[in-house]
Amino acid sequence: MAVWQTVELVAKQPETPTAATLRFSPDGWPGHRAGQHVDVRLTADDGYQAQRSYSIASAPDDGALAITVERLDDGEVSPYLVDDMAPGDALELRGPIGGWFVWDVADGGPLLLVAGGSGLVPLMGMLRRRRAAGAAVPARLLLSARTVQDVLYADELHALEAGEDGPEVTITLTREAPPGWSGYDRRVDRELLDAVAWPPAERPRVYVCGPTAFVEKVAADLVALGHDPGLVRTERFGPTGGG
Amino acid sequence: MPPISRGFRRRHAADPAQEGRVPPGQHVVTDFPVLSAGPTPHTPLDEWSFQLVGAIDAPRAWTWEEFRALPAETVTKDIHCVTSWSKLDTTWEGVSVDTLLDGVVTEAEYVVAVCDGGYETNLPLEDVTGGKAWVAYGYDGEPLEAEHGGPARLIVPHLYFWKSAKWIRGLVLTEEDQPGFWEQNGYHNYGDPWREQRYWND
Repeated sequence: MAVWQTVELVAKQPETPTAATLRFSPDGWPGHRAGQHVDVRLTADDGYQAQRSYSIASAPDDGALAITVERLDDGEVSPYLVDDMAPGDALELRGPIGGWFVWDVADGGPLLLVAGGSGLVPLMGMLRRRRAAGAAVPARLLLSARTVQDVLYADELHALEAGEDGPEVTITLTREAPPGWSGYDRRVDRELLDAVAWPPAERPRVYVCGPTAFVEKVAADLVALGHDPGLVRTERFGPTGGG
Repeated sequence: MPPISRGFRRRHAADPAQEGRVPPGQHVVTDFPVLSAGPTPHTPLDEWSFQLVGAIDAPRAWTWEEFRALPAETVTKDIHCVTSWSKLDTTWEGVSVDTLLDGVVTEAEYVVAVCDGGYETNLPLEDVTGGKAWVAYGYDGEPLEAEHGGPARLIVPHLYFWKSAKWIRGLVLTEEDQPGFWEQNGYHNYGDPWREQRYWND
């Protein structure tokens, strides 16, 4: 669906103090692959338009199309989507887009997902797809977040992990850990990756998504640990990449 | 008529100096976002070479030192990423593709840029000749950083920036058009930002 279509916001749900999930029901949605994105376009009453790309958070099986948007304080589109847009309001949307940073059950595993902040969004789409398909493909998620309040989908991650054939979820908090926190509390480094990742000999399929510096470092460390660069797929959110 | 998104308005005043320079659907940024499909390759300069191969009378190759000895140009251009950011007045130093192709006899009408890491992108030959494309090793007066495509990347500023292949190692001249990496993964085969050719069927 490369053409723009007008969609109304069906529901909005806060995820963290700075992020919200927005649900839409596009007509004739052709389905998508986990990891793909959509473009959205906003039009002001004076005709001004702005367009951005957002990763799809929902699994293809979920019916509605969900994106999770992190508010960038100096942004133009993300503050509107997170703070101002209300159910019934309209925007234009097109997609799904992208054929590289995608995963489906047939692609196999083991699966290693490494997320920095809201880089979790497309990876959550993959975990949701994996669950919806009832797939037992071994999966591990390593999520780096600033504080425990910044962890997207925290309850769902716990439920996924506890479920049958659930993924192993590892969270590291880089800015502040609550009292009694037993997980990691530092930025992702080579040693942490070595402890969490599947051994390179198992040839995991790796997906890394987050801010540029995070993705650069994680991908370089994975290669240094012996992972095949051809199995490491990356997607980056620059400070203005998602605006 | 597009729908009005109730309550949405422009946050930053339009800069008159930017008028006519920002293609439809783009917005101007001042930082330099990075996008790539996999880990950043790091090829040592003593192992680096640039190859000109394919439908050509005689293949050519340059070592890093030979490449750096070729006549260089410094150009200032606006660049446009398909993810909707544009960056104005970026300054690059490198070798014009015209210089690399000087004297080459070929029936080719297309080129494929080939890169470390396996990335490829395809372009019509006429879009990389006539002062429209460079193999750049300098950005803003400094050596080009690896995350932005160093030691050298293609610069084709009049097309979406994924055509400006990072970590370039050569050009393959072809008689048939051969879609590259993003071109096989949903993105437009040509990629003219002024016609908003972002994706297949645009």
